[in-house]
Amino acid sequence: MIAIIDYNAGNVRSVKFALDRLNVESEITSDFDKIIRAKKVIFPGVGEASTTMKFLEDNKLNSLITNLKQPVLGICLGMQLLCNFSEEGNTKCLNILPNKVLKFVGNQKIPHIGWNRIFDLKGDLFKSIEDGSHVYFVHSFFANLNVNTSATCNYIYNFSAALQKDNFFAVQFHPEKSGKIGEQILKNFIAF
Amino acid sequence: MLTKRIIPCLDIKDGRTVKGVNFINLRDAGDPVELGKAYAEQGADELVFLDITATVEKRKTLAELAKRIAQNLNIPFTVGGGIGSIADVEILLDSGADKISINTAAVKRPELITELAKSFGNQFVVLAVDTRFDGTDWFVYLNGGRTATTIKTIDWVKEAQERGAGEILLTSMNHDGTKNGFAVELTAKISENLSIPLIASGGAGTKEHFSEIFTTGKADAALAASIFHFGEILIPDLKLFLKQKNIAIR
Repeated sequence: MIAIIDYNAGNVRSVKFALDRLNVESEITSDFDKIIRAKKVIFPGVGEASTTMKFLEDNKLNSLITNLKQPVLGICLGMQLLCNFSEEGNTKCLNILPNKVLKFVGNQKIPHIGWNRIFDLKGDLFKSIEDGSHVYFVHSFFANLNVNTSATCNYIYNFSAALQKDNFFAVQFHPEKSGKIGEQILKNFIAF
Repeated sequence: MLTKRIIPCLDIKDGRTVKGVNFINLRDAGDPVELGKAYAEQGADELVFLDITATVEKRKTLAELAKRIAQNLNIPFTVGGGIGSIADVEILLDSGADKISINTAAVKRPELITELAKSFGNQFVVLAVDTRFDGTDWFVYLNGGRTATTIKTIDWVKEAQERGAGEILLTSMNHDGTKNGFAVELTAKISENLSIPLIASGGAGTKEHFSEIFTTGKADAALAASIFHFGEILIPDLKLFLKQKNIAIR
């Protein structure tokens, strides 16, 4: 069973629907026991960093997530909250990934909405995914590049489209909305 | 590079697609889910479902439809038409819609944009604007284009951006249905004045119209309905054409 952490954030249901389409059993839950015992955990989310982080702390989900040992996939805001700091509301995050989350600043349109290409793909999450594949992004903040970067994207800057450290995987884009490419990425995660 | 988006728009009445649809190999082209899936397979980047019944009693039908779409579609979609309150939006979000579009209700009560952006995030709020050129300037129209206002379109989209709209969906009533091309000049002017993405709508008739709206028109996305539904332009052909014009396309 895959546990999808329910923490009052948007987009949770879309992830569940995507797993249903792949015939994978999953449950949207905030039950500690269920999350700890799940084979894999997805930490999705669309929302604002500081209020969401506060919700996690108030519900003690922060230490729960930090101590998970099974494969964990953070998506969009979920990825950003796995980092150590976000400029969105100047938020101290979970610090599982030593990345900073910064605001896009530039002449181009913000949010970065739409399909963009991912490069420098590393690790089994991107098994059989071609370099330069298109995936769907919606975000105004981005994680910087560092040794944990497992995919890059360019919009105003080169930033981390994906991160990985130990059992923690994270993607800035939405695999659940990224057509066949996104489905393959989810399948790769499920296969771990 | 961020690609330009091609967005088919499906008009929905009582849970069924209304514009005549001429799709090959589709069991039920009147089913928005079937049609949406077919467009996704063809390479549509996103879909807009516009409910033209949008009466209070049909609200539940729309939410049920949004849920079926979310269950079946692996690309993002927007739901719009008659959305007037936070409660309307909550039920659609809960059903799995990626974005909602608001129009008349936002003009009548602009705070709605602020409230929705605060509650659900800017990326969730698409402001749709129907606009017409009256010989002197472009003005905002309400109720599906039936009601004129004295609000200048440029002023309204700027205010909407300030209030937290994540995208603007701009439809030129002068161009809509003509198949003579998008409102290129207007779109370029609005796009230059915005820091959020702009979806151009109304007037698409040929593949050249799309390349024009993405280059000269500076649109981030282009929306069309009947030319796709009647198979006059096939999305794979359109995308190939645009790629050959060196426009960034998925």
